[in-house]
Amino acid sequence: MLLSGSDIIVECLLEQGADTVFGYPGGAVLNIYDSLYKYSDKVRHIITSHEQGACHAADGFARATGKTGVVIATSGPGATNLTTGLATANMDSVPLVAITGNVSTNLLGLDSFQEVDITGVTIPITKHNFIVKNIAELADTLRLAFDIANSGRKGPVLVDIPKDITAATYEYAPVKPIAKAPAAVSESELDAALELIMKSEKPYIYAGGGVVSANAEEELKRLAELCDAPVSCSLMGQGAFDQTDRRYIGMLGMHGTVKAAAALNSCDLFIGVGTRFSDRVIGDPNVFGKNAKFIHIDIDPAEFNKNVEVGCTVKGDVKEVLKALCDKISQKKCAWTDEIIAKDFGEPVQKGTEEFPVTPQAVIEKLDELTNGQAVIATEVGQNQMWAAQYYKYKEPRSFISSGGLGTMGFGLGAALGAKVGRPDKTVVNIAGDGSFAMNLNELITASAHNIPIIEMVINNNVLGMVRQWQRLFYNKHFSQTTLDARHIDYVKLGESFGIQTFVINKNEDIEPILSKALEISKNAPVMIEVRIDRDINVLPMIPAGKPVIDPITEIDLEA
Amino acid sequence: MHEQEYVLSVKVLNNNGVLPRVGGLFARRGYSIKSLNAAETEEPSISRLTIVVSGDLRILEQIKNQLMKLYDVRDVQILRDAVTREHILIRAGRNSDDRHKIIEIANLYRAKPVDVAADSIMLELTGEPAKIDSFIDLLKPFGIIKMVRSGITALERD
Ligand SMILES: Cc1ncc(C[n+]2csc(CCOP(=O)(O)OP(=O)(O)O)c2C)c(N)n1
Ligand SMILES: [Mg+2]
Repeated sequence: MLLSGSDIIVECLLEQGADTVFGYPGGAVLNIYDSLYKYSDKVRHIITSHEQGACHAADGFARATGKTGVVIATSGPGATNLTTGLATANMDSVPLVAITGNVSTNLLGLDSFQEVDITGVTIPITKHNFIVKNIAELADTLRLAFDIANSGRKGPVLVDIPKDITAATYEYAPVKPIAKAPAAVSESELDAALELIMKSEKPYIYAGGGVVSANAEEELKRLAELCDAPVSCSLMGQGAFDQTDRRYIGMLGMHGTVKAAAALNSCDLFIGVGTRFSDRVIGDPNVFGKNAKFIHIDIDPAEFNKNVEVGCTVKGDVKEVLKALCDKISQKKCAWTDEIIAKDFGEPVQKGTEEFPVTPQAVIEKLDELTNGQAVIATEVGQNQMWAAQYYKYKEPRSFISSGGLGTMGFGLGAALGAKVGRPDKTVVNIAGDGSFAMNLNELITASAHNIPIIEMVINNNVLGMVRQWQRLFYNKHFSQTTLDARHIDYVKLGESFGIQTFVINKNEDIEPILSKALEISKNAPVMIEVRIDRDINVLPMIPAGKPVIDPITEIDLEA
Repeated sequence: MHEQEYVLSVKVLNNNGVLPRVGGLFARRGYSIKSLNAAETEEPSISRLTIVVSGDLRILEQIKNQLMKLYDVRDVQILRDAVTREHILIRAGRNSDDRHKIIEIANLYRAKPVDVAADSIMLELTGEPAKIDSFIDLLKPFGIIKMVRSGITALERD
């Protein structure tokens, strides 16, 4: 069948099952948008306010559904507006295909209007990228892009397509994508891991985002039971293990629980599954888990011995590795695990003030209760993000959507929209900070224009709270540029102007009724809640950057 | 761990931008490249990069794993027992007296004169990198005017 390049692009999306795309039109993608017009009954296109929002939405869609997200942008500024979104997805290994238009091939390299070498720009922030200069290669390049994005350690792939390629015509025949079987796992690596596990008396399981991407939550649970081990998760691993399970001991890392840190220091075997030992988790690499042997299971061998020296590594798809490993383990029983689970390590509790009695802990725990821990929670970045991770009890994978690796303020709202589009059956809440909210609040327009019924919850402390926390601890309380008092935002009016009902929580009695009302409204329409809190509620526990994961700070004296 | 030089032989697809991808990886992650040579191979769609890197074994393993993650990279070999060669073009000499002495050294090394001027002479030499180094050292007293080294190429012995 003879088709235009732009029709071929849409056909290739359909081949891959991509029936929802996010994007923003412009000169270099006019042909593509003409095809989207033609195919509008087959492909849903959601226009955001900004290409960054579209990229975060495609990312949130991918994280929530496990499918590959798709974003389309025009050349030049449209393409460069994707960069933060691509880098975010790249750091968190999210499968994404970004399609950018470019100037026609005869204008490439001439500094033509809205020309940017976007493949050059995005080399370090994509898994791979392509520019298609020959229409004969268009369909296969797109197929390959999806394949690369969604195989091995997943990631974003950008395909740059000059305008004349989208206008030209070429023979097209559909090709069904073939699912590839995961590579075999090395028996000797498995046996080495098995030996350590069987010898261990104090095994500790630590799960990262790789468990979520591999859909390996059941295998992880089985491993925990067979090893009789406590389980902690990284930020990206939230939801990989049911947090209401007795074995769950909390998050590990800079703002992890005291229990997770204490167990790390007394365990004799640390089993890292689908994780990359981020500096935000390991603190000082020289003392991290210094009494333990290590097993590192991951699909990406480049993560082995990168940040922490581990003796035993098992390379492979996490699901396959865990399956094979569990089949070899005979049921263990560890007294240490019971001790760890039973012991109260004195986790810090948040307190409000007279002026601001409400705490994020109270609000998020109530949200957890009212949604039965079944909502999808997106976050912005800062204290709000850590509180969202600490106080909601995630029960299933793909329910916590957060920019872990890049820490992108402005990520959450777009991501929440994408998640809701991908999972309309779920309640989706974006837990935001006031600073992050202001970065990309333009996407409230997308929520109301497309009636994407999310709950935008702004935890308003009127400060860039996380930075303020560091300034308090390490910069002599010089609160340089982190106090946002001069902004005077009326969230109710702001929401209303976008057609979004907005409520304010500033009393403890209001928490439950307002959350309930918002949950009710969010069955049909987007809704916003401003939660007013004191500016000096800190995120605790805390392990300062680069310091040993031992004895976290659990109290900060505000008078000091 | 012990720092050392290693020779990597990297097969890559001849795609758009493969050099910035590989070069960028080294720059971004702070791996140091001592020399890099890129050229076609027996297969037209494949090029071979010969890269000399310095680092310890842990870094070496990292470099190999990170390279393997690039889509365009098809194979990475760390060469242990290989024939290594380098090619040099070098012009030296300040007067005709120098020129005669340079020709003597050139004969010793079997370097070939390729361009002769009144005062100076351009020589060509192919050999083991260490031989090239000592050749350059011997020419230094005569004033090296210009030189270009190809970077190391290498193939594993059978
Ligand atoms: C795009 C971007 N710019 C700057 C930062 C640095 N940063 C990290 S947390 C933070 C404060 C966030 O403030 P807010 O959204 O109000 O959250 P809070 O910590 O107060 O909950 C800043 C500025 C960032 N992570 N991302
Ligand atoms: Mg704030």
